[in-house]
Amino acid sequence: MNDALPLGDSPLRSIDSVELGLSEAGYIANRQISTAIYMAHHLQKPILVEGPAGVGKTELAKSVASWLKLPLIRMQCYEGLDESKALYEWKYGKQLLYTQILKDKINSVIGDADDLATALDKLHAFGDVFFSHQFLEPRPLLRSLQEPRGSVLLIDEIDKSDQEFEAFLLEILSDYQVTIPEIGTVSAMVPPIVLLTSNATRDLGDALKRRCLHLHIGFPDDKLEAKIIGSRVPGIDARLLKQLVSFAQQLRTMDLKKVPSVSETIDWAKIMMLLHTSVLEVDLVRDTLNVLLKFEADIEAAGKQLAGLTHKARQDAGIA
Amino acid sequence: MIAAPASEPLRRFLQVARGAGLRVSAAEGIDAARAVDIIGYADRTVLKDTLGLLLAKTPDEKAAYEEVFDLYFKRDEFSGDKTDDRDESADSEQNEASSPSNGTGGDGMGGQGGQSLGSLLSGDDRAALATAMEQAAREAGIENIRFFTQKNLYARRILDRMGLRALERDMEAMRQTGTPEGLGRAQFLEGKVDQLRDAVRDFVERNLILYAKGETEKFREELLKSARLSNLERRDLDRMRILVRQMAKKLAARYAKTRRRRLRGQLDTRRTLRRNMGWGGIPFITVWKQKRIEKPRVMVLCDVSGSVAAMAQFLLMFMYSINEALSDIRSFAFAGSLIEVSDILEKEPVEEAITKIMSLIGFGSSNYGNSFADFEDGWMKYVTNKTTVIILGDARGNRTDPRTDVIGRLSLRSKRIIWLNPEYRSAWGTGDSDMYRYAPFCNLVTVCSTLRHLERAITDILEDAV
Repeated sequence: MNDALPLGDSPLRSIDSVELGLSEAGYIANRQISTAIYMAHHLQKPILVEGPAGVGKTELAKSVASWLKLPLIRMQCYEGLDESKALYEWKYGKQLLYTQILKDKINSVIGDADDLATALDKLHAFGDVFFSHQFLEPRPLLRSLQEPRGSVLLIDEIDKSDQEFEAFLLEILSDYQVTIPEIGTVSAMVPPIVLLTSNATRDLGDALKRRCLHLHIGFPDDKLEAKIIGSRVPGIDARLLKQLVSFAQQLRTMDLKKVPSVSETIDWAKIMMLLHTSVLEVDLVRDTLNVLLKFEADIEAAGKQLAGLTHKARQDAGIA
Repeated sequence: MIAAPASEPLRRFLQVARGAGLRVSAAEGIDAARAVDIIGYADRTVLKDTLGLLLAKTPDEKAAYEEVFDLYFKRDEFSGDKTDDRDESADSEQNEASSPSNGTGGDGMGGQGGQSLGSLLSGDDRAALATAMEQAAREAGIENIRFFTQKNLYARRILDRMGLRALERDMEAMRQTGTPEGLGRAQFLEGKVDQLRDAVRDFVERNLILYAKGETEKFREELLKSARLSNLERRDLDRMRILVRQMAKKLAARYAKTRRRRLRGQLDTRRTLRRNMGWGGIPFITVWKQKRIEKPRVMVLCDVSGSVAAMAQFLLMFMYSINEALSDIRSFAFAGSLIEVSDILEKEPVEEAITKIMSLIGFGSSNYGNSFADFEDGWMKYVTNKTTVIILGDARGNRTDPRTDVIGRLSLRSKRIIWLNPEYRSAWGTGDSDMYRYAPFCNLVTVCSTLRHLERAITDILEDAV
């Protein structure tokens, strides 16, 4: 396999250009993330993205797709997901309908046969019309292989699927091909860029991990988070932004059941924009805290220290 | 796919990484070589990120990887500029040294080695010496070192490659000449050789850390897993706790989901119809009835007297670490009498909770009959046919009434009773042991004295296999 993506003067020519491209698509990537995308293309390997919920794992795939102008094909995993929902299904209804319509035509095929054996032979010679591409309903995996320009395939929350399904994925992940018993092996026209995400609710198998680049996205530091929110909530006041980020970062150091993620900080920033806030007030924070924290116990725990946290956040933003 | 030949530094780095406990397969090694072909060695941070993506697949491995990467690529041999000037200095050294040396009996290679080592030692060029050491170490295959017992072996080998034997012969010859000049020089070299020995030993030690840290840890952990928990040394306790958490995490991840077992031969009509709706309800695909495997409700009764206490600590720690795989857990501690300790264990970290429990109840000799009677009075009513009762104890009640009748009633009420006994099977029933009197009422009686036993017993409980 060599670099087959039709990217001529490739936007994937260097790690820097990846970083630039992603930021144009609205995704502020750190060096590691850009390196991962770059290597995924050049080694033609899928990326397994792990990290806490809400740090932008799914967003990464969307941004890559919009940046490279490739279709994004998303497959959400869940318990009980199987081949027929992930790969392909036969269009049974269509098959049935066609057999009914074509009933009359069967005579023209086997009309002059004298006995059963010759009739059967003739039918065999006719081939498997009803099990061909026309009757195949492609599901996400097959669709992504059939995209003529290549695609970005997002296999979301792979840890939610069963172990059997994980094993089933191995063929497509290592060779970019799948086997359909009635038709044969379907190979990718252009190998897609594959991203798998996982929240680590269960340990994934070694076989799967071995086939992937392993990218861990953690919470960003304050500068990067400010940049991310700035790009997602355009027009936000710089001082407010600093306060919000400082507040969220402080919450993350606390012992909470679930610390706020980047996506939650973004939501909070949007709300603050709508409320025309420029300086964090304790009461306002208390009223909107449920955007950041999703557990009653956490809200209670943070509520006690609200004054201190707000004060520190204001200080960090240079407001007395 | 073209497999680029792994370059020497990369190949050795992979070996170092394996030594640090990363599982690097051959396929990953090939990928790493291809990646290095693409990005090269020039930018260290890019190299680090890239190899990290390929080699380290868990948070633990990422941490180990970063440590080992820094350790490996910061070594002298990779800072290029140094390489050049030490070559020069080594050359000049040799020229200088060759003139005053008084033609001692050098025979071929050995003599040369001795001579050059001698000149290296007498000159005070540390860099040149270090390079010679690296070179010799590479020839001696230092990357294969695994255990601290091999330290002397490798030190010896390195010294040999550096030509120590020849040098010693030279020194002997110098002494033989009897001239004050010869004797003085021999003495001078002797001091230097001692320094060299120390340096080499040091060097081997550093390499042992680099190449064998992971191996040694792994070896130690394997030993600990099958060590009897009752005679653990204090310094191993922390490591033990970490091991318990790791094992528990693995089990919890596997059993935290509700699982279903397919019932063979029983058609689920409703779901079959639903599944086949697409083709007019003609059952092309059959759906079978499934039985849900419920998460166990557990009651743990722990003997905390004397020898069993150590075991109790790990059992409780284990049970509370797999919390998410259990639907409910209540724990009880007993010696002379029995109390419920669920509250203490839920509120405090296990280590502290145990100390607290011991101070509450862990004194006096154990009285099983009395304790079981306490349980019947206070908590028997909470036992349902879904409850798994785990009893940990050596069943030695100091010749008191064992009250097997209570256990009999308990076995009727509960789903199952599992008795974990830290004693060897051969000791059961000897002396005051009532194990064989309790055994008929238990679904499973098993020896449980090491971490491995514990893991197996708990896996069986979660698997619903007992």
